[in-house]
Amino acid sequence: MTVWIEADLCNGCKRCIKACPYGAIELKDGKASILDRCTSCGACLDVCREKAIKTDVKQRAIPDFSDRKGIWVFAEQRYGTLSKVSFELLGKAQELAETLNQDVSALLLGNQVSHLSEILIKYGAQNVYIADDPCLKNYRTNAYTSIIKELVNQYKPNILLMGATHIGRDLAPRVSRRIGVGLTADCTELTIDPEEKILLQTRPAFGGNIMATIANRFSRPQMATVRPGVMAAVEKPGNKGNIVQHKVAIKEEDIGTKILEVVMEEKKGTDICDAKVLVAGGRGVGDAGGFKVLHELASLLGGEVAGTRIVVEEGLVPVENQVGQTGKSVRPELYIACGISGAIQHRAGMMNSRYIIAINKDPRAPILQVADWSIVGDLNKVVPEMIAQLKEIKGNG
Amino acid sequence: MDIIVLVKQVPDTTEVKLDPKTGNLIREGIESIINPDDRHAIEAAVGLKERLGGKVTAVSMGPPQAIDALSEAMGMGADNAVLLTDMAFAGADTWATSFTLGKAIEKIGKFDLLICGRQAIDGDTAQIGPQVADYLNIPQVSYVCEVEEIKEKSIVVRRRLEDGFERIECEMPAMLTVIGELNKPRYAHVAKLIDACNDKSPIKVWNSADIGVQVAEVGLSGSLTHVIKTFAPKFQRQGEVLEGETNEIVSQLIGKLKENRLI
Repeated sequence: MTVWIEADLCNGCKRCIKACPYGAIELKDGKASILDRCTSCGACLDVCREKAIKTDVKQRAIPDFSDRKGIWVFAEQRYGTLSKVSFELLGKAQELAETLNQDVSALLLGNQVSHLSEILIKYGAQNVYIADDPCLKNYRTNAYTSIIKELVNQYKPNILLMGATHIGRDLAPRVSRRIGVGLTADCTELTIDPEEKILLQTRPAFGGNIMATIANRFSRPQMATVRPGVMAAVEKPGNKGNIVQHKVAIKEEDIGTKILEVVMEEKKGTDICDAKVLVAGGRGVGDAGGFKVLHELASLLGGEVAGTRIVVEEGLVPVENQVGQTGKSVRPELYIACGISGAIQHRAGMMNSRYIIAINKDPRAPILQVADWSIVGDLNKVVPEMIAQLKEIKGNG
Repeated sequence: MDIIVLVKQVPDTTEVKLDPKTGNLIREGIESIINPDDRHAIEAAVGLKERLGGKVTAVSMGPPQAIDALSEAMGMGADNAVLLTDMAFAGADTWATSFTLGKAIEKIGKFDLLICGRQAIDGDTAQIGPQVADYLNIPQVSYVCEVEEIKEKSIVVRRRLEDGFERIECEMPAMLTVIGELNKPRYAHVAKLIDACNDKSPIKVWNSADIGVQVAEVGLSGSLTHVIKTFAPKFQRQGEVLEGETNEIVSQLIGKLKENRLI
């Protein structure tokens, strides 16, 4: 199976080079040339206006999925409290459901959790499938996977979304393998293709250096996980929902894991994912003294202090307050980036903030390009001045 | 205690850049490394072997040069290594990859633990460990930050959560995905590294026929998801640079915050 180029027909327009998702086409002597890393995916075939790209790969038939309907959201709960990401997913699900003219459903697994269905309905669920059993009290991989498989086989959804939390990232791949479907992780954007009516899943790859749009044409439901804080929850006042109880028949000995103990660790301050204002510091802040000033600014604005990977590694900011590809994705109303150059790994975690202020002494720092308002200057002067002026306003107010 | 550890060779993503014209990744000249979380997986496997006996087999799927990652794993103390390499494996999504790895593990035979890194820095999906575990029909614990105890037929570990941790007892054979908090990976031992790189190297190289899979079941043609477009991330922002004396800039900024009801 290969893809090749008829050199006589190629006019060197480079359209195929742009279309190749794998960077496997180069221009050599004015003609397109296919490199070893070509995977024969065929993305270049249609863009060639000269019909110079040939293949012996047969088009795979797309199965008929017309019986697959409904957008499902895994409603993650821990100790009887629903995760915020569940509401965010329901918000996105409402939008997708409207485009497809299908229903939104929530999957609620746990023990004595039925009362949570009301909240799920308030946030847009039209059906809530409940599996309520003592063996589902705490999340356990195998038990949850088995139940979701039963539900999917019985009700045949079109799309299944889960939060990319420590639970969702444990469960989703397991479910996808069990029910035989593809899975796209950590999506930042989900839309419906207007022609094919399939879910287009966009996610960062290579540490956020590149965005990839992924389709799942060959299996249903189309499964995707979404990181907390990326989508917005939308209340649906007056929404009415059906409740469907699912009978649980799981044997304890088939689960394979036992939770011996759950240890909660005390957290200081608000979770940065919930904070309205974040004052974030990078290498440019310098030392603990610099961060003390950021804390003062944050407390005046009713926010929290966050940091880049480097300052977390240096112990200046706790790891749970790290923003970026290896930390958390945040979407506060206001993000103030102090002494942060704005490596792509960091930007990937904060680009959904409503407003961004960047303070940096380097006029070429990439963070300035993603800011709404930027100040090129010494943060040791700017931040204390902000504190002074804010205090003055508060004093007068 | 026989342990299989999955290793991925990845481009050092902190170095990756985009070609401004084509929007494609510039791959030339980028160093390939063992995926950082996988180093912790190798350390965990080798550490357990040293305490309890048995052997460690490192397995990787990738292009021929991924053998370097396996040599390094052997330098760190793995006893055996298997490289799965075949043009037919190229372009695989996690569905096809987990199938390929699962088939190879079935061929390797009995084991007590399968240890993987939490996720790879090039794709960040965190899917392969759980998907392979499901293929093999074994229980799993992901985000392992501490191994507390090994019993005859089970293992007690701590699983990191966003707001604490769980202590979990898991029947063996089991799959664990590990995070950086678990341990500090050792450096490769030079003599072992040289042994791994010589002609009599015990690194096995298997292709699709060796693990008994059809070409159509693996790689891009065996995948269920497909990349249909890649592009450089774009940001739309007001992009206003405030200039002047510090106190003037700050009062302008405070004005913007008031205007947008941020204070």
